Amino acid sequence: MMRIPTSALIGLILTSAFFLMALFAPWLAPYGVGEVVGDVWEPASWEFLFGTDGIGRDLLSRMIYGGRTTIFVASAATILSFTLGTTLALSAVVIGGWTDMLLSRFIDLIMSIPTLIFALVVLSVVPVTLPVLILVMGLLDTTRVYRLARAVAADVNVMDYVEAARLRGEGTRWIVFREILPNVLSPLVAELGMRFIFMVLFVSTLSFLGLGIQPPDADWGGIVKDNKEGLVYGVPAALLPAVAIASLAISVNLVADWVLSRTTSLKGGR
Amino acid sequence: MSPIVLKLVSQRIALGLMLLLAASALIFAGTQILPGDVAQSILGQSATPEALENLRRDLGLNEPALTRYFNWLSDALRGDLGTALTNGKDIADSMSGRLQNTLFLAASAAAVSVPLAIFLGLLAVQFRNRWPDKLISAVTLATISVPEFILGYVIMYVVAVKLRWLPSVSILRPGMDFGDKLEAIAMPVIVLTFVVLAHMMRMTRAAILNVMESAYIETAELKGLSAFQTIFRHAMPNAISPIVNVVMLNMAYLVVGVVVVEVVFVYPGMGQYLVDHVAKRDVPVVQASGLVFASVYIVLNTLADIIAILANPRLRHPK
Amino acid sequence: MSEYLLKVKDLKIGAHVMPPNEKPFDIEIVHGVSFDLEKGKVLGLIGESGAGKSTIGLSALAYGRGSVSITGGEVHVNGRDILTGDKTLLRSLRGHEVTYVSQSAAASFNPSKKILEQVIESCIRHKLCSDSEAKSRAIALFDQLGLPDPATFGDRYPHQVSGGQLQRAMTAMALCPKPDLVIFDEPTTALDVTTQIDVLAAIKRAIHQTGVAALYITHDLAVVAQVSDHIMVLQQGKTVEYGTVDQIINTPKEAYTQALVAVRSIEHEEKQPTATPVLLVEGISARYPRVKSDVLSDVSVELHPGQTLAVVGESGSGKSTLARVITGLLPPRSGKVIFDGRELSSALAERSGEDLRELQMIYQMADTAMNPRQTIANIIGRPLELYFGLKGAEKDKRINELLEEIEMGQEFRNRYPAELSGGQKQRVCIARALAAKPKLIICDEVTSALDPLVADGILKLLLDLQKIEGVSYLFITHDLATVRAIADSIAVMHQGKVVRYGSKSKVLAPPFDDYTDLLLSSVPEMKIGWLENVIAHRKMESAGN
Repeated sequence: MMRIPTSALIGLILTSAFFLMALFAPWLAPYGVGEVVGDVWEPASWEFLFGTDGIGRDLLSRMIYGGRTTIFVASAATILSFTLGTTLALSAVVIGGWTDMLLSRFIDLIMSIPTLIFALVVLSVVPVTLPVLILVMGLLDTTRVYRLARAVAADVNVMDYVEAARLRGEGTRWIVFREILPNVLSPLVAELGMRFIFMVLFVSTLSFLGLGIQPPDADWGGIVKDNKEGLVYGVPAALLPAVAIASLAISVNLVADWVLSRTTSLKGGR
Repeated sequence: MSPIVLKLVSQRIALGLMLLLAASALIFAGTQILPGDVAQSILGQSATPEALENLRRDLGLNEPALTRYFNWLSDALRGDLGTALTNGKDIADSMSGRLQNTLFLAASAAAVSVPLAIFLGLLAVQFRNRWPDKLISAVTLATISVPEFILGYVIMYVVAVKLRWLPSVSILRPGMDFGDKLEAIAMPVIVLTFVVLAHMMRMTRAAILNVMESAYIETAELKGLSAFQTIFRHAMPNAISPIVNVVMLNMAYLVVGVVVVEVVFVYPGMGQYLVDHVAKRDVPVVQASGLVFASVYIVLNTLADIIAILANPRLRHPK
Repeated sequence: MSEYLLKVKDLKIGAHVMPPNEKPFDIEIVHGVSFDLEKGKVLGLIGESGAGKSTIGLSALAYGRGSVSITGGEVHVNGRDILTGDKTLLRSLRGHEVTYVSQSAAASFNPSKKILEQVIESCIRHKLCSDSEAKSRAIALFDQLGLPDPATFGDRYPHQVSGGQLQRAMTAMALCPKPDLVIFDEPTTALDVTTQIDVLAAIKRAIHQTGVAALYITHDLAVVAQVSDHIMVLQQGKTVEYGTVDQIINTPKEAYTQALVAVRSIEHEEKQPTATPVLLVEGISARYPRVKSDVLSDVSVELHPGQTLAVVGESGSGKSTLARVITGLLPPRSGKVIFDGRELSSALAERSGEDLRELQMIYQMADTAMNPRQTIANIIGRPLELYFGLKGAEKDKRINELLEEIEMGQEFRNRYPAELSGGQKQRVCIARALAAKPKLIICDEVTSALDPLVADGILKLLLDLQKIEGVSYLFITHDLATVRAIADSIAVMHQGKVVRYGSKSKVLAPPFDDYTDLLLSSVPEMKIGWLENVIAHRKMESAGN
């Protein structure tokens, strides 16, 4: 019954590979994350598969550890924004009335300021630590999850079968968990992928601007920042994260596309 | 203009103004969420309590937050954005030149990307589900999968380092003539174009397809009109408003993309000004530039909505 | 030159289906259909959904909608083969020799252009006449089609006129270039019955006066009988029967045609009122939030056990609002609902479980009335669990009984709603309502989304179930044929008020009030010449007044 198309399969394999790499980084990386092991900007060799960075650290190890940090922060922020955004949105739709209106207007207000600008404003006063970063990113992105989840749930909420459940005398819990949630889950899972990618891009951008992960910890955005001077001398070390981020993003996208198309096929006719 | 349109437009403008006000409050509140204050950031952790107290009094920090917010806002409305903590310079003065540079960069990027996006959007519609459409959507998918700054370095590496066509940084000096200026900003413009092109092209494609699938396009075809007449007489009048809307939304997006791209190319604009001072924790500068960015963003979004109202035939010609 | 205007030979039409996540494939939807049409004649194409009638109609314009394309056969218009792919030929054909009137004029007019501009566009683009002549033609057509203020009607935008008027404007648009052939694709289906008769009469008059030939596509045999010379009956892309109107209506040969002609001829003996009604609606007035006028004003009706009360009215009459008030979804401003001897709370939240159980509802769109993520067994089983606490084998047994009652087998237990046909879906909804062992079921337009034969099956099932279970129905519908088939008593609603109320025999017998008369006389009958009689009758009456 479950036929997985090739593109989704590639996406699934690559995505799991990235997550496994993040989990087992200390066992996979040949050197320590902050260890200076060679000369500055050594080219790729058997000893250093990707070469070394601007102060002689092994780039492969930096990339693996950097992936671990990036993926961890992005996942944590996505989970936060998703749980909060979906809960708020479903409550708003089911409760309706003033709760719904006030919440939605407040979300509109936060969204009227560009996310990056708002993040910069807040990060100018708070100390930049991992929990703070996750919290700021997760809370700001809650607005987008809320908007989508509210729109999808509102569509389902006006369906006759939800009305039928109300007329039958079902409680709020049944209506939310049995009638609405199963029907909003698939588009939300597809969106989960999109949000995760956005979080990877977001944390990389912040680190690149020097306002994300702080040295000596590595992350993909930081690796670009550390090695950008090398570009002028023709050392492409700073472009490694581009490959990593793009392949992670595309593989997650492939999985998300598949989840979404499965939903539409279920909704369609016979 | 009919009374309904007038009412809706003025409502939207009022909403825009309210959003501006609320956004300023949010930006102010965003810098107040921690107990640490500006005096502490100026003097550092080792400052004596007396020195802190004196500075707080000078800066008016002992007032309640609400009073300080209204003082800040009324000053800002009069064009007084305060002074920077780091160098004591007037913020409005430092900003004016940078704002010009940023607007110059953004406008140039818009001038390139808008026609290009609409052209590619039309092309994708014309060759829907055939290879040109698929190629365009694959390339755009790739560009939105990579953060702006990395895209910037990739392009810099290829164009400036390997091909040596353009300088790798964009420096504007006073007295440069227009041609030199254009050459200086060529690379950031290319990157910004890539950044907004994907979204703008996809949304344009969707907007045109939406119109092309309407029953009235079928009616036009069944009247024996040529493809050109169908598009020109029936699709365009209805597609213009969604396309303009798409363009406006992406201009808003461009304004944010500018921040990162300026840092990549060391371009002396608002974005770099903001990022520098976030790192230095210069709160007044951050507040002021945050307010400027948010205002531009809100104004563009409001414009997009107003255009959508003005272009709606049901509202323009009420019953 | 051929003597025929339109000659279709062995026409085959295919569609390219692209299901998500599966390989695209081609299917054939029309399997070799042939017919001819002489100048000035009208051919009716009739069939249920999926019969391919619209697709065949559009082939006269050499046009395939979306992924549909003509795969074989020949179509000749005025002696020329139009399927050769010659673009100049097509351009001179479309909008000049052959024109098209669609079901939804509202979507087929460009919202940002004035009506007149669109009506005369074909004339101008094909350089058939001067601008001023085209305008005077259009105004003459507006007049002919009975549109108000013909001289200025065209200066309005499509959204500024009513649906019936727009449908007539689209007919004017089709007739303006003086075509040889007009394709009418269900032009009155989306209209209320009292509007339909006017549009139908206008179309018929225009066809007659201009001498144009037409293909008239519809699912309603009674409608097509009024305008056609010949009728072709289609089923699943094949011709079932072809003949003159008289022959098809009065002496149909094929079983399928006989079934179509016999549709809605269910007979139902009217029952006498009992001592105590199961439902008593007293003086209900209601309005929606933020609306300043009443949708229902002072509505009072009663329904007796084991009987059916039909609530009839056109769109906007308030009949569905009445259902919302009775179910508690819309608390009324005044009045009360007495159910089985006890007064129901006006709000849903305050009603007891027993109140909810005994009052069930079936919806118009069975598609959206069932959770697409639940199996049929879950959907039917839930009320058993909730109201009677049934579990396991006991529940399964009851589910099987219910499936049997709706004439569906146990093999449906583990299917999802999307795997069922329209009629099967509605049957499952009936089973879900029955599972609660209700005293009253509110049926809201339960047959109007279904094809006539399928709808007949549902009505028969409902009548049978009423005999077995003794349940009462409050039957909301716009279709008077359905009312005749199923009702014991009738309430006719118009603009939020009950304008006529009583037993079926009383309500459907003269003397009538004006609105009921209009409503009853507007329902197309399967008789040749019905339309002329009604129009002539109405003219006489208005002349008499």
